[in-house]
Amino acid sequence: MTARIGVVTFPGSLDDRDTQRAIRLAGAEPVALWHKDKDLKQVDAVVLCGGFSYGDYLRAGAIARFSPVMETVIEQAKSGMPVLGICNGFQILTEAHLLPGGMLGNDHLHFICRDQKLRVENADTAWTTNYAGGQEIHIPLKNMDGRYVADERTLDMLEAEGRVAFRYLDFNPNGSLRDIAGITNEAGNIVGLMPHPEHAVEPLIGTGRTDGLPFFTSILKKLVNA
Amino acid sequence: MSRTPLDTVEHAAGTPDVELPWAELGLKKDEYERVVEILGRRPTGAELAMYSVMWSEHCSYKSSKVHLRQFGEKAPQSDALLVGIGENAGVVDVGQGYAVTFKVESHNHPSYVEPYQGAATGVGGIVRDIIAMGARPVAVVDPLRFGAADHPDTKRVLPGVVAGIGGYGNCLGLPNIGGEVVFDACYQGNPLVNAGAIGVMKHEDIHLAKASGAGNKVILYGARTGGDGIGGASILASETFDDAKPSKRPAVQVGDPFQEKLLIECTLEAFQEKLVVGIQDLGAAGLSCATSELASNGSGGMRVTLDDVPLRDSTLSPEEILMSESQERMCAVVEPEKVDRFLEICDKWDVIATVIGEVTDGDRLEIFWHGGKIVDVDPRTVAHDGPVYERPYARPSWQDELQADDANKLPRPGTGDELKDQVLKLVSSPNQASKSWITSQYDHFVQGNTVLAQPEDSGMIRIDESSGLGVAIATDGNGRYAKLDPYAGAQLALAEAYRNVATTGAKPLAVSDCLNFGSPEDPAVMWQFAEAIRGLADACQQLGTPVTGGNVSLYNQTGEAAIHPTPVVAVLGVIDDVARRTPVAFQEEGQLLYLLGDTREEFGGSAWSQVIHDHLGGLPPQVDLERERLLAEILISASRDGMIDSAHDLSDGGLVQAVVESALLGGKGARLVVPEGLDAFTFLFSESAGRALVAVPRSEELRFNDMCGARGLPVTRVGVVDGDTVEVQGEFTLSLDTLREAHERTIPALLA
Repeated sequence: MTARIGVVTFPGSLDDRDTQRAIRLAGAEPVALWHKDKDLKQVDAVVLCGGFSYGDYLRAGAIARFSPVMETVIEQAKSGMPVLGICNGFQILTEAHLLPGGMLGNDHLHFICRDQKLRVENADTAWTTNYAGGQEIHIPLKNMDGRYVADERTLDMLEAEGRVAFRYLDFNPNGSLRDIAGITNEAGNIVGLMPHPEHAVEPLIGTGRTDGLPFFTSILKKLVNA
Repeated sequence: MSRTPLDTVEHAAGTPDVELPWAELGLKKDEYERVVEILGRRPTGAELAMYSVMWSEHCSYKSSKVHLRQFGEKAPQSDALLVGIGENAGVVDVGQGYAVTFKVESHNHPSYVEPYQGAATGVGGIVRDIIAMGARPVAVVDPLRFGAADHPDTKRVLPGVVAGIGGYGNCLGLPNIGGEVVFDACYQGNPLVNAGAIGVMKHEDIHLAKASGAGNKVILYGARTGGDGIGGASILASETFDDAKPSKRPAVQVGDPFQEKLLIECTLEAFQEKLVVGIQDLGAAGLSCATSELASNGSGGMRVTLDDVPLRDSTLSPEEILMSESQERMCAVVEPEKVDRFLEICDKWDVIATVIGEVTDGDRLEIFWHGGKIVDVDPRTVAHDGPVYERPYARPSWQDELQADDANKLPRPGTGDELKDQVLKLVSSPNQASKSWITSQYDHFVQGNTVLAQPEDSGMIRIDESSGLGVAIATDGNGRYAKLDPYAGAQLALAEAYRNVATTGAKPLAVSDCLNFGSPEDPAVMWQFAEAIRGLADACQQLGTPVTGGNVSLYNQTGEAAIHPTPVVAVLGVIDDVARRTPVAFQEEGQLLYLLGDTREEFGGSAWSQVIHDHLGGLPPQVDLERERLLAEILISASRDGMIDSAHDLSDGGLVQAVVESALLGGKGARLVVPEGLDAFTFLFSESAGRALVAVPRSEELRFNDMCGARGLPVTRVGVVDGDTVEVQGEFTLSLDTLREAHERTIPALLA
């Protein structure tokens, strides 16, 4: 038995096929979901992938959050379905208030694409159990609006509750507050991050590292054991 | 509203004496007379609009055609070529049932006027060419040339161009895997913004731009048509047809990458369901080009109702609609029974699609507006029978003097300290410095198939996950070499791109080119152009790599000063298994460094002569295409059989530039020994062609030497991968930290 993991395609989604491949390489079954369709096809988890949904001309993720598919995703995420938001997916999760804070344009005002060093701060979420807490990993990062911001109280709360899931190491690529690269909700089923684990699943391709694969094996392990 | 009567075909026939603004639209008197002769009457305003844009230099290649013929006449026999020159892009067979289409184009002039949009729409245009062949676009590359790096205007143009390429390409989800960034004062008012793209399809999915089958529907889909990109038409509209109308026509088009992304997905879905008979993208000359080309390449005629074109601005005149260069539009020919399904797919992707006409069994292109026939032409006369010029050309009087100003006689460094100082100057000079500040603004990971990306010698993309089949592309050009000798310069551009593909382990298959030159009305420029084409065509013939298509950009000059003649050549290669690819970076300490090829005292046009002496003179490096072919064979075999772990082509900056780049990328230094028979300066800085530096594991040393010996390629052991310095024994030592600081600081310091 394996797990069915949905990948939503919005108009302007870019990494949907890559994410499906990563899910497949981890041993799970990727299921394509369409933005106009509320039906999640009985998947066990959902990934919101990177891209520029609806062109992101208003604000990253602001339109996607109101799409038909998100109605169901929001509802089921609240009742515990694991959801991973990568880059644009993270932006959508904050716009949908499934995760606190929001994303602004990079402080240097340029798009940035690089192999980014991160520290895994929380290895207990649905998507991170195959990492060790404190583990240092390299994951490709590519974004225009990646500067994570929240008010001080929220940031303190995230820190206190261990909900900062990933932190940038050595170099903060976008001016994110407290070097935050990714966060999780209280229950640990929802994770959002700016870097792209689906681009680090095969030797030879991209940076040639496979540091992103544990995202997908973690969720598979959780779902199969459930 | 206009009180002028609609200028129909009938009206034109009855009013032969009406003066039309043909000169303002860029037609010459004899060209206008030729139009009248073709039609047997004066053209209507709409017809004039179509002829004027389609007979422009940009669309008709009227100055370059007589020379470009050589690419066909001298084309080498190649089993790989599936579609050659003349279609939207060439198509090459790469095996396992896959075909690859690729092309390089220019968007030079708009990018100077409005850097962001100019560069962005350049990417958009080349990507639509790729889709129009039936392929999914898989990568883009961007060869760029700017004025002096420290000129204030470069700081205006470059960041805009880079942001535009990133803003558009990143939003399409296309990895940017290669290209170049070159600075030279000659490009000050004329930056060269060339854009290339690669697409992949199965053989049976190749589509062509032709409208066949009477009764088939012509569908315009994508963005609405607006007033952008209309140059001449505004004159036409305001002076002849409607004096009362305000001018509102931006000359540079504005791109919407989101719309283009939808266009890609919906087109590919339509292809997958085999709904499309013929297809053409709307680029330069917009609907004029798409309708006349589709019709003239097909078997019948075409009837179009212009009133059905969805507009962004309802006040547009028919002439303007025909000339508009609004972006993100395509035109498909679809059988009547498949139209509904086609429209459904467009609707799924929220793409506007409208039937605007149909294929007829006649041989005329007829266009209607408000019930009147405003165009009735033989489409071939618009699309293919444009004027052809035999422009005069002559070797410029200054060429001899330039070649006599020998760079080999420039003062050379005499001591180890001077050498060291010049190495630092070289690797930190804008042209030789790291371009990561620029390339990090491009997504090179998306699609999850990028094997190699800049600063590797060529970009490489996996196209089949199970077999590991991949393609590589490199683009190169050296305007300084071409200025010294355009024939040799064009060949050196090809040789370098060919070598760069082979260095990564891929077999070079085919060529696309972007020929950037000054004004064809200057006989000296025309000579450079003629020589460059002759050189490139000869070299392609000898290397067995056919030219599959490309683009000519003329008039890159401000006043009297033309740019350096700059043929940019893209070479596409194939690799059976991307796991065998060879990267630039040094992999392991202790590996032996071998220099392949012959090193001569060749400094004409070199980076050294530019950086140290601000000099351009003498002759470029010798061209030896048989040597290039042999070197490529050795590099490919060595890569396939695991005999080398890293390789770097030697070109501008010479051996020392290559060593520094491989060392910095790998984080491992090198100890070098000047080989016997060479002095340290020539060893480090010479730009002799046909050379590469490879790192050989000790276990492979014997086998590698035997292979080179057996095939007759000169090979010299020049050092070892070692430590955290670059040391030239007996001369100098530079730490990697010092080199990294020098190499990486320059560009951000100038442009960030």
